[in-house]
Amino acid sequence: MGYPHKPHPRETVVLSKHFGDPEARTYKGWVRRGGYEALKNALATDPAAIIEEVKTSGVRGRGGAGFPTGLKWSFMPKEKTKPHYLCVNADESEPGTFKDREIMRWTPHALLEGTAIAAHAIRAEVTYIYVRGEFTEPLAILEKALAEASTAGVFGNMKIYLHRGAGAYICGEETAMMNSIEGKRGNPRIKPPFPAAAGVFGMPTTINNVETLVAVPHILKNGAAWYKGLSLSNPKSTGTKLFSVCGHLAKPGNYEVTMGFPLKDLLYELGGGMRPGRTLKACIPGGSSVPILNREESESCLLDYEGCVEKGTMLGSGGVIVFDDSTDMVYQIMRLARFYAHESCAQCTQCREGTAWTTRILERILTGQGAMKDLDLLLDLADNMTGKTICVLSDSCAAPVVSGIKKFKSEFEAYITGKKRPVAA
Amino acid sequence: MPDGLINLTVDGVPVSVAPGTLVIEAAKQAGVLVPHYCYHPGLPVAGVCRMCLVEIEKAPKLQIACATPVTEGMIVRTQSSQAKDARQSVLEFLLINHPLDCPICDQAGECELQDFVFQEGRAGTRYAEYPKRFNPVEDFGPDVLYVANRCILCTRCVRFMEDVAQEPVLNVSERGDRAYIGIHPDARLDHPWAGNVVDLCPVGSLLSKDFLHKARAWELDKSASVCTGCTQGCNVTLDVRDNVIVRVRPRPNLEVNRYFICDHGRMSYRWMNRGDRIEAPLVKQDGELRAVDWDEALDRARALLRGTRGRRGRGGAAVAIVSPKASTEALFLARRVLAGKEREHEWTGAFQVTMGEEAPLAGVPNLALRPERAPNVKGAELLGYTNGVSSALRVAQTAAVVLVLDEPDVPAHGAGALIYLGVTLPESARGADIVLPIANVAEEEGTFVNRDGRVQRYFPAKPAPGMARPAWWALGELLEAPDRPGSAAEAFDLLAGTVDAFAGLSYAALGVTGKGIGQGAGVPA
Repeated sequence: MGYPHKPHPRETVVLSKHFGDPEARTYKGWVRRGGYEALKNALATDPAAIIEEVKTSGVRGRGGAGFPTGLKWSFMPKEKTKPHYLCVNADESEPGTFKDREIMRWTPHALLEGTAIAAHAIRAEVTYIYVRGEFTEPLAILEKALAEASTAGVFGNMKIYLHRGAGAYICGEETAMMNSIEGKRGNPRIKPPFPAAAGVFGMPTTINNVETLVAVPHILKNGAAWYKGLSLSNPKSTGTKLFSVCGHLAKPGNYEVTMGFPLKDLLYELGGGMRPGRTLKACIPGGSSVPILNREESESCLLDYEGCVEKGTMLGSGGVIVFDDSTDMVYQIMRLARFYAHESCAQCTQCREGTAWTTRILERILTGQGAMKDLDLLLDLADNMTGKTICVLSDSCAAPVVSGIKKFKSEFEAYITGKKRPVAA
Repeated sequence: MPDGLINLTVDGVPVSVAPGTLVIEAAKQAGVLVPHYCYHPGLPVAGVCRMCLVEIEKAPKLQIACATPVTEGMIVRTQSSQAKDARQSVLEFLLINHPLDCPICDQAGECELQDFVFQEGRAGTRYAEYPKRFNPVEDFGPDVLYVANRCILCTRCVRFMEDVAQEPVLNVSERGDRAYIGIHPDARLDHPWAGNVVDLCPVGSLLSKDFLHKARAWELDKSASVCTGCTQGCNVTLDVRDNVIVRVRPRPNLEVNRYFICDHGRMSYRWMNRGDRIEAPLVKQDGELRAVDWDEALDRARALLRGTRGRRGRGGAAVAIVSPKASTEALFLARRVLAGKEREHEWTGAFQVTMGEEAPLAGVPNLALRPERAPNVKGAELLGYTNGVSSALRVAQTAAVVLVLDEPDVPAHGAGALIYLGVTLPESARGADIVLPIANVAEEEGTFVNRDGRVQRYFPAKPAPGMARPAWWALGELLEAPDRPGSAAEAFDLLAGTVDAFAGLSYAALGVTGKGIGQGAGVPA
């Protein structure tokens, strides 16, 4: 099939324009493609004006929470009494998500440019780009790009450091990431204090996702109005978004579409539809942490923040995981729960014990030892694990369990009643 | 309501607290204990056990009381069904991997997991999975065992070592439900204040080897006392089982030791249980010490003192060699016995104090195991006793009478009479004319003055053996009849009425946490 694929006509290629073009990785090649112009202009612009422009564009955080980026930047103290920090979240560890990886692999300078603009806007002296530990190739490419751009002097006095993670999912949570950068165990922190008040090393800090920052130079270059216009459905969701589509699909990969694009078209047109003879069973639209959609919901879901909420799920990181009718949903949900049980940082009781207990019940059901009351127990545990902990890892474990039992109850019942042969879990 | 305070209600009870107060502390002031594990007022907030979830009106979800500061008009509900359900679920989660070996656990009876489960936990478990998590017991240090299976990972011990002792040898190792408290592979939990992790542990996970399987919590009688280990004057509780002291634990006093005591103080209790005590007054007859009753011993002592007083007027002297572990009352009365009411008689008083190494607790200002290993050095100094006995011993050579108050290590034998008051009969006292058996610190009421001049009361924890009586009583009986105090409180009143530094203080004013000298209520500014 070849990767990256040729852009599909229905894609809106902004961020992924230079995917597959090795020359865009070099400093010279990037400049030739119009790179670093936005940064040059930004450095001559008042930070407040940049924040205003980004606010107007309506761009929202692409890491999963969808918090308005300009608003987040404006939370940084107006009176500067302490050094400011920018942290770039390149830890992309949400199962099913691989958009930041491709951004860093193909357009490292796009990230550096967006990073430098953001650092200027929030008046940060120091930036940490926290790269997922397993991303060895993107890290090497970023290192090279950073060296080139620094030599060319595009960053002025800003200090940009690459910080390699050690492979913990939780370090993608912004406060855990800050602890990790400080050299501590990657445990999420209690909020407040929020990072803008006391973040990394106790200093005012902003944390942004890779994809968010890469969009910033385009906003400044083409204007907030242009970006705002990129919206097919709800005006509160603007711009383009990279969707990492994976699973039972003819053509998995990253697809960049305008906010509000129908999930159905993403799957059947861009993604090439199901494998021969197979039909869609379920889809997780925003990375493993969001509730599962069934076929009907998937085929009517619009891909923006509001459209997903309408279907009872979330846009999340844009990691679209597709399941066809050959999928054992009970097994898939157990695998998800097991992942969260493995990655729980062990701070909060509900998460530490709840994720593991949930996994064990699911494993027991799969091995034919389940009882009907286990389903109620799972739902009750999920309720006890939701909205009660420091971070949302516990909620993330509960989400697929709740939506899975609600939408695919018959599959659970088949294991419990013995209609389906037990499997090794 | 006073200005500058925040007003809120907790379970319908209105309280006013200082800005910045946490909901959990405000609730205490309203008389509501919000169940909690990881929160401890002496440690930085962790917010991890999630046990103290409470409902706060207008908040979108339950909030942890330990990390939420109060706001004006806040309405807190700890007993709403939502909050109770949340706590019940935390308890259920904590128990799924807990061994429930309460019958053999030292913590049983004073275990916060046991208490809160009993208070609001589920009657039965819904956990039907694998065997529970198992990790072997680990030897953390000289006095600390870690029973991983009972651990609820509240991280109090980790935070104590990191932020209070500032020797970060403990951590949380592994993740998820595999997590346990780890110790640095090259380190031992042997910090001079490490024993506090045992008290801080809300369950039976960190155990004292010294107390291991010694007693069940419900068999213990507890008495407020003051540590005798050094001049810091840490407030402690003596735990007594069948008249034997089996454990010393810190008693919170924010002015002195906050919530902690050092291991030296924690282990300095065995001498209080000594069996080789003097159980009857002894007087010398035909060159031998013979047991007599108190009346006879006191008559003999009074006669002896009267006889020497005449000689003292002609240049004879009286010397008191005292222990800096004696109560302020006894030290005062010993002086009064020798010097008289108006200090008209010549007297010399001295003590000696054992010295050791200082061991500060880094995270708490002005808290350390002090080099002077006795509780009442300051009290002795305030009453005119000299630190160092050599010159007093020279005077004693020719003195008419020498009175020794429980100081076995100073051979105070001179030409004159020797009165010895002690808990045991050391070699140095065998030549005494009169030996009076006295109670030790665990058997009497009294006060010590710590190095900062704080007068603190201690209370009896067990009866004195045989005919032994408190030193204040024995010495008081040697005064003229109208002056004799009838209780330790009266002895203290006599002291407070005589010595300026103690003016205005009384047992009632001192309470259980003490007061600084010069802070007496009636003292003019």
